[in-house]
Amino acid sequence: MSDFEPIIVAFACEYCAYTAADMAGSLGMSYPPNVKIIRVPCTGKVDTLHLMRALQKGADGVLVAGCYLGDCHYKNGNLRAQQRVGYVSRLLEEIGVGGERVMMTFMSAGQGNVFAQVANEFTEKIRNLGPNPVKLGAGKAAA
Amino acid sequence: MITAVRKPLEEIMGFAAPYSRVLLLGCNECVTVCYAGGRKEVGILASALSMAFLKEGKKLDIVEQTLERQCDPEYVEEIAQTIDQYDAVFSMACGCGVQTVAGRYKDKPVFPMVNTMFMGASERQGVWAERCAGCGECVLGRTGGICPVARCSKRIFNGPCGGSTKGKCEIDPGVDCAWQLIWDRLKALGRTDLYSEIMPAKDWRSAKDGGPRRIVREDLLS
Repeated sequence: MSDFEPIIVAFACEYCAYTAADMAGSLGMSYPPNVKIIRVPCTGKVDTLHLMRALQKGADGVLVAGCYLGDCHYKNGNLRAQQRVGYVSRLLEEIGVGGERVMMTFMSAGQGNVFAQVANEFTEKIRNLGPNPVKLGAGKAAA
Repeated sequence: MITAVRKPLEEIMGFAAPYSRVLLLGCNECVTVCYAGGRKEVGILASALSMAFLKEGKKLDIVEQTLERQCDPEYVEEIAQTIDQYDAVFSMACGCGVQTVAGRYKDKPVFPMVNTMFMGASERQGVWAERCAGCGECVLGRTGGICPVARCSKRIFNGPCGGSTKGKCEIDPGVDCAWQLIWDRLKALGRTDLYSEIMPAKDWRSAKDGGPRRIVREDLLS
């Protein structure tokens, strides 16, 4: 398991987390290459279905990074995203995949350090959890 | 609209256990509006089911499709050419849709993916409440537009009962007393005279007590 490198999909709001990720790079802060960033106009655009499909198609963890509550460019998109992440987390628990594989986080555009820290911590957490059990099962199903 | 909620996944997985290829069939009408069985919910359930099976090392082939309406035969006909490819149909429509599909494709097992709840209205985003019981003889014109059949726990016609306290029903402090609402509304409308009229006992034969109901419109028959 030690050579397991998780695939993390991060939905990042362009008004905060996406810019923060960019800033992390500008400041020379490293975060794991495991984190594949998808830029979204607002985390409110991230649907339950996007989170589920990411995990179904092989992600080991999904991160949704939006603005601090109260700072959303579209008023409450981040709040909606937080509710959806909670719903998906419960759904993943129900099917035995593990609700902790999906996480919501908040930051501002200037917090490159926060993005790097969250990316590192979440990647480490998923590495410790091990691969998405769906992928392991898929191998058995194909055999 | 007709409201519904998805069944627990454990129950759905029990339905799916004997099969390897199923059609997960959504409906574009009421269950789409209440986020229970529209195209998006079909996708979410397909993902969840697929992952739940793969995790156990089993493969369930799920084909997603959503019909305009599952309660109308002409739309249900759309799957006639492809239905033989599936072991079973998992319908995300209300009970009417499930039965229309099951009635049309008699040799195909059809399972409900949602529990059909009630005829309701949206109170706000994410909240639906019962508003009509389909009793067959509407009295809203006499009750200020508030239904004593759907919204009074006892369905009484000359309320309130003794369980009404400070505008709330005795069954739950979160439930409004329908007769308090009726009185307040009639007062606002200046029609408290309607409240003074004793309503006669309702003939429940127009509701479910008369057996399964049908509507036949001679002018529309083909």
